[in-house]
Amino acid sequence: MRWRPIAGIVLRQYYLFRGSPVRVIPMFAWVGIDIVLWGFITRYLNSVGAGRIDFVPQLLGAVLFWDFLTRIMQGVTVAFLEDVWSRNFLNLFATPLSITEYLTGLVITGITTSAVGLVVMLVLATLVFGLAFASLGVLLAQFVMVLLLFGIVLGILSSAMVLRWGPSAEWLTWPIPALLAPFAAVFYPVATLPGWMRTVASVLPPSYVFEALRSRIAGGVPSSGALLWVAMLTLLYLLASGFVFTRVYRHVVRNGLLARYSAESSG
Amino acid sequence: MTIEQRLIPSGANVLQVDSLSKWFGNKAAVNDVSFWVRRGEIVGLLGPNGAGKTTTINMILGVLEPSAGKISVAGIDVLRHRSQALARSNFAAVYAALPGNLTVAQNLQIFGLIYSVEALDQRIEALLGQLDLSALRNTKCGLLSSGETTRVNLAKALLNRPELLLLDEPTASLDPSSAHDARCQVRSLAQSGECGILWTSHNMYEVEAVCDRVLFLSRGRILLEGDPRLLPKRHGAANLEDLFIHIAREPLLAEREERA
Repeated sequence: MRWRPIAGIVLRQYYLFRGSPVRVIPMFAWVGIDIVLWGFITRYLNSVGAGRIDFVPQLLGAVLFWDFLTRIMQGVTVAFLEDVWSRNFLNLFATPLSITEYLTGLVITGITTSAVGLVVMLVLATLVFGLAFASLGVLLAQFVMVLLLFGIVLGILSSAMVLRWGPSAEWLTWPIPALLAPFAAVFYPVATLPGWMRTVASVLPPSYVFEALRSRIAGGVPSSGALLWVAMLTLLYLLASGFVFTRVYRHVVRNGLLARYSAESSG
Repeated sequence: MTIEQRLIPSGANVLQVDSLSKWFGNKAAVNDVSFWVRRGEIVGLLGPNGAGKTTTINMILGVLEPSAGKISVAGIDVLRHRSQALARSNFAAVYAALPGNLTVAQNLQIFGLIYSVEALDQRIEALLGQLDLSALRNTKCGLLSSGETTRVNLAKALLNRPELLLLDEPTASLDPSSAHDARCQVRSLAQSGECGILWTSHNMYEVEAVCDRVLFLSRGRILLEGDPRLLPKRHGAANLEDLFIHIAREPLLAEREERA
């Protein structure tokens, strides 16, 4: 893997952000609105709950982490979609650029843009609503890492879907976080779910993060075995997503769709 | 010389295509095509719409996998060593404009990095000057005229000093003056011996003026090959355009004539 082609992919995204405030605003605006909205909801719930449960870490913490994952996924996907929207595939893939280099460039872009959102969310949640993230200690880094990697997985898989099924498949990618959220048990314990949903939750790394978050807030100590398992599971998904993207790329090169991408199918 | 009698040299070839085929279902877009391009040579790939020209170019560019056959760029197998082979080639096509939301300089910077061009800033400056693009360096590509877009695409195509340059209808949307300038630039590039060029065009006057050799492609097969200034006479046509029309309308007859 060579760094200069990767830098080229990242630089393309940087130039786009630099040239258009419209692209910069969503990096922090929506996550900021989410934190403010849920911040006030948790305040209200705390006031009517008479102090029995502190909703700030339970709900606001969950919203923040889930938003972070969603932003990473969208960061990777949108970086890919920029090449779809500008019909740039022929220019890009007729170069020495490898798929690994291309994906690495997209991932770096996704991490960078979502990091901006994470900082905004952390500052707002901490300063305005008193969310005490420092109390999570080392767990915070572990949670962020798992969600970061799983967001990248979703971003790569979403990009593979668009590459495979054409530009119109873009609309299939946006609801993915919303579809996964009930299974990831973002706002409630996994035990709340019916059996078949628990099975799905057991193979979704975010569900372990949110279970561990709730356990820590309740004063418990999350299972280190479970965290090790989720780290390995997430890495496995990361490798699998790269494999899927590469397979899809080879498919569209074989059937001619990459060269005639706007046609959306080779048939 | 018939197609079967052709000897395919390999030594100085920047492009070697052997028995290349591409099938979409049971339809052959390219059928057992073999040809080469030497360094310093401009080869015209001619044929009616749907003849398989762009399919052939896409396979050489590695964005379409052949059903059969082999492609080598500067002796490197495109299928086995894609990155190394594509590092030695580049292309410009009217249907593959650079992203319109980036400026000329930004696009060249990005593609220069992707091609790992050494001394990139100097290379970009040289190309901007050479192609009369200096005044447009900070203009977004989406705001350029057709002629300017063609020159920018050409600048991108020359960034990595390619040994093989693929030009798919590079003058299609240019006015006669701009087209003349583009032809002169490409001609001098070939004469410098830096690269070999595969050129597709529907402008037969241009082909005669620019190409050292032409390949007539029809229904995915090469029917004729030779010097564009000698071929018409050999086939009893008044000029290259007449020969083109004859082949486009009667490809089987033309092939029989060539074999005879």
